[in-house]
Amino acid sequence: MVRAEGVRKRFGHLEVLKGISLEVAEREVMVLLGPSGSGKSTFLRCINHLEKIDGGRLSVDGELVGYRQSGDTLYELKEREVSRKRAEIGMVFQRFNLFPNMTALSNVTCAPVHVRGLKKDAAERRARELLDRVGLSDKADAYPSMLSGGQQQRVAIARALAMEPKLMLFDEPTSALDPELVGEVLDVMKGLARDGMTMIVVTHEMGFAREVGDRVVFMDDGVVVEEGPPASVFTNPQHARTKSFLSKIL
Amino acid sequence: MTDGPEPIRAVPVRHPGRWVALAVIAVLVAMFVNMLVTNDAFQWRFMFENMFREPVLEGVKTSLTLTVYSMILGVLLGITIAVMRLSDNRIISTVAWFYTWFFRAVPRLVLCVLCGNLGILLQRIEVGVPFGGPLSRLTGLEAVDGKIWGADGNTILVGFFAGLLALTLSEAAYMAEIVRAGILSVDAGQSEAAQALGMSRGLTMRKVVLPQAMRVIVPPTGNETIAMLKDTALVAAVPVTTELFFQLSAIGSRTFQPFPMYVAACLWYVGMTSVLLVGQHYLEKRFSRGVAGQMKVRALTMGASK
Repeated sequence: MVRAEGVRKRFGHLEVLKGISLEVAEREVMVLLGPSGSGKSTFLRCINHLEKIDGGRLSVDGELVGYRQSGDTLYELKEREVSRKRAEIGMVFQRFNLFPNMTALSNVTCAPVHVRGLKKDAAERRARELLDRVGLSDKADAYPSMLSGGQQQRVAIARALAMEPKLMLFDEPTSALDPELVGEVLDVMKGLARDGMTMIVVTHEMGFAREVGDRVVFMDDGVVVEEGPPASVFTNPQHARTKSFLSKIL
Repeated sequence: MTDGPEPIRAVPVRHPGRWVALAVIAVLVAMFVNMLVTNDAFQWRFMFENMFREPVLEGVKTSLTLTVYSMILGVLLGITIAVMRLSDNRIISTVAWFYTWFFRAVPRLVLCVLCGNLGILLQRIEVGVPFGGPLSRLTGLEAVDGKIWGADGNTILVGFFAGLLALTLSEAAYMAEIVRAGILSVDAGQSEAAQALGMSRGLTMRKVVLPQAMRVIVPPTGNETIAMLKDTALVAAVPVTTELFFQLSAIGSRTFQPFPMYVAACLWYVGMTSVLLVGQHYLEKRFSRGVAGQMKVRALTMGASK
């Protein structure tokens, strides 16, 4: 589903990704771990072209991200084509980024109506199903500022699902939440994983990684240090850096 | 019965300064009212008889129409320039910067006079192929001329339209800055989230960013509208003679009673501005949907209804 070969990204003089090579299969849940500044969020943002990569190749579902290749020449994609591809990838942010001027329901129907051209009542019916799925059917008419962090993040997940994505990216979805609200968001994500959604999750929730992750990738300083099934990475890390990181957070 | 902690009974702090201020202000107000009533120069009767005459009401209409049109056009043009200013395209953003620089630098009064005399510069206004005339002469092909519409500059660029043009151009420059500040006030995460959902930049701007920017844009726009209402007095320099202040002072000079008519002008502008303030209040309420202060009230009422 996602294939990265030597992906590089720099911000000015700072090289954030120094050649990331990864593969995520369909229906796989990959958990990205690593200290802050290791480049995991940047890598996630590259996958839906919120950041432009400077080197290497990155493709989703067999198609390059942000470019079109013809022979040996790369062509940058037009904004419209980039948008069309982004619509197929759901993204959930650390700070929710719900639209504060819209109700929960409108947050979920916004993109299907305006991007996909879905009829309003059809979109609302679907949105109510999704809100029900994340356990918020009674909050459809609430504005984000009336919801708790956990509820907001669940609306954000419903909003991403409304576009029927083939891949979901989670950028530290529980890091901005009070500890007692983390569980409700993780439960929704576990449900998604059970239903076979392909997911890349940047998180510090080791319990989630262990229970749901098919594979754990440990990144540090812009490179992949170690990867493998959660059981073996957590219990028997091979690299010193992985060991010291895990010893601090487990 | 178990008593809780005893309620506090303390001598409140005295505020002698407030009483002194009250006394001073009461005296000043009394003096002012006394002057209003006793000074004959006010000519109240004369003023009320003249401030609702036909040409004055016509002037009120012109001022209001000019305010509404120049604000609508100014806001639309201002949004366009603000979006241009924030564009990635360097040429477009420079053009927008240049526009705001120029039209904020030139006084409105000067702009009004200038627009009123544009007929000297543009004797004919034509819509068609740029340089169509010289091109067709050069090539000998009449088709290249491509004139679609044309009119005499001296018939269009005078009076009302010249005034409207001046006020609109000037207003757009100020509105562009206000709109730009509003757009920048919206968290970058909002457009990121919208783009991650597959929305194009235009759609993101229309559906996500601008509605949120409105909360920041509306209050200063209210100020601009009020300022505009008052600045319509400047179009007298175009000249537009049906304008409110021009009409009032004309009556004043004709009757050799200028002062009452200046007071009448104050009253008219105060009255119209007050109406605008009410409108602004409702607009601000409308665009603060989803913002904390508002929501508390709503949450409380929703809780009560359950």
